[in-house]
Amino acid sequence: MKRIVVSLLFFIALLAIWGIAASSGRWSPVLFPSPWSVAEYLRGALLDGTLVEAIYVTMKRLLVGYAIGLLIGLPLGLLVSSSQMLEDTVGALALGLQTLPSVCWVPLALLWFGQTEGAMLFVVVMGTVWSVIIATDHGARTIPPIYARAARTMGSQGLHLWIRVMLPASLPFLVSGMKQGWAFAWRSLMAAEIYVTILTGFGLGQLLHYGRELQAMDQVIGAMAMIVIIGSLADRILFSPWERFVHRRWGTNVK
Amino acid sequence: MNMGEAQRQGVTSEHGSGASSKLIVESVSKWFRTPRATVHALDGISIEVAAGEVVCLVGPSGCGKSTLLDIIAGLTKPDSGHVLADGQLVTGPGRQRLVVFQEPSLFPWLDVFGNVMFGLKLCPELTNGERREIAHRFLVLVGLEKFERVHVHELSGGMKQRVALARALAADPQVLLMDEPFGALDAMTREHLYDDVQRIWRDSGKTIVFVTHNMREAVCLGDRVLLMSQAPGKIIQAFDIPLPRPRSIYDVDLVGHAARIADALRGTVGGGVPE
Ligand SMILES: Nc1ncnc2c1ncn2[C@@H]1O[C@H](COP(=O)(O)OP(=O)(O)OP(=O)(O)O)[C@@H](O)[C@H]1O
Ligand SMILES: [Mg+2]
Repeated sequence: MKRIVVSLLFFIALLAIWGIAASSGRWSPVLFPSPWSVAEYLRGALLDGTLVEAIYVTMKRLLVGYAIGLLIGLPLGLLVSSSQMLEDTVGALALGLQTLPSVCWVPLALLWFGQTEGAMLFVVVMGTVWSVIIATDHGARTIPPIYARAARTMGSQGLHLWIRVMLPASLPFLVSGMKQGWAFAWRSLMAAEIYVTILTGFGLGQLLHYGRELQAMDQVIGAMAMIVIIGSLADRILFSPWERFVHRRWGTNVK
Repeated sequence: MNMGEAQRQGVTSEHGSGASSKLIVESVSKWFRTPRATVHALDGISIEVAAGEVVCLVGPSGCGKSTLLDIIAGLTKPDSGHVLADGQLVTGPGRQRLVVFQEPSLFPWLDVFGNVMFGLKLCPELTNGERREIAHRFLVLVGLEKFERVHVHELSGGMKQRVALARALAADPQVLLMDEPFGALDAMTREHLYDDVQRIWRDSGKTIVFVTHNMREAVCLGDRVLLMSQAPGKIIQAFDIPLPRPRSIYDVDLVGHAARIADALRGTVGGGVPE
């Protein structure tokens, strides 16, 4: 409870400082809008449906791209962890490509797919898949072998061993791998939406992009605020329950 | 010491001969190859364990006791030699040979009760009600019935080992392979469990291979005590323990036997330096 109050106070103070700075008149309100005009923009966008539409379009792209990234990355990561040869080949490739900021995939995606949803998806998947492979590979290598040994002497084998032992044993790193994948997917999608200006859907990144084109600073900041809010909400809703489960059961991070 | 005689003593026993042998370990050798060195862990080990016999393995640290249990369990393949269980060649682990491991082996994603249930769920002949009843019974046996819903990381080291023991016993294997299961326990709990192991053994006739560093523990539990040499591990001497059961570790005869084995062990480790 106390922690909630403290963080609430912090953000209120931040807004207050922003408000005071904006109303001091030192900067042009066109370049430095007040919190009220941003809030006003967000309210308007919410009422006329552009904001809801943008969030819907963005989330759809994100979830599809993320799902594809996981579907490729998790099994590939497990495979890589089980073979030295794959580690030296696919693992090394993943390690290299992961260092590539996802926005660097945009030119290639545009040339290959043109201004399409496909280009967008490609960037998100490329941004996600490598980090998921690396996190899964690393995690699977650190599962203590004693779990599988103990289970096998009790008669567990094949599918049972994978589902009842290896899967739960890998929860700690699966959660962190999926979380990392999510963060990368989110960042790549924003990069893609800003650079791939297609008309089949108008996402949050595009809202941001056109805010700049129109010199509408309240729209730029409003879109940024929405991106932050959605990013952290997703983190809370999707991953916190799992993280708490892992912390409770494994006794990690107990205060 | 006469090695040939010791080896023979190790192989045969008054309990086990031929058909009634539950476990036969035949000239098993094992090398571990690491990038830096090759460790010769076991050198031509032969053991025969009769059905319902308790055999204790003692020997200096690093002599290959855990490795030998792994091979008997089917978790590790020997480089030469083989293991027969009920006359069948052991090619992999199976739930007739359960291991209580030296290191903690409980699953952190399950609570205490769930851990004991894990092995029971792999026994298709039981109903769910029976499984719960058995799990509860064995947790009572090791004195942890109040901790059924506790997470593994909230247990002490000794409590974890008691859960692991309950998990192995509950699944009712014919052969129990126990690797220093009582190492982390206080003397009182341990003595309590000696009584329990002896009772369970008497009631169920399980075949037990028990690894320990504690001579009195070995003599208290074992029908036979096998002494292993420093790496590469060999069976260098076998002691029959003809004491009546149930045994108490305070029994004078028992202490005498333990001292005899401790002397022999000292001979293998320190070149016969008296203490
Ligand atoms: N996986 C492994 N890789 C390499 N060497 C190993 C491995 N497992 C065991 N060894 C080596 O084999 C030898 C026997 O090990 P083992 O664990 O069987 O000893 P132990 O008799 O159980 O010892 P302790 O009483 O200390 O538990 C040791 O020298 C050890 O270093
Ligand atoms: Mg050992």
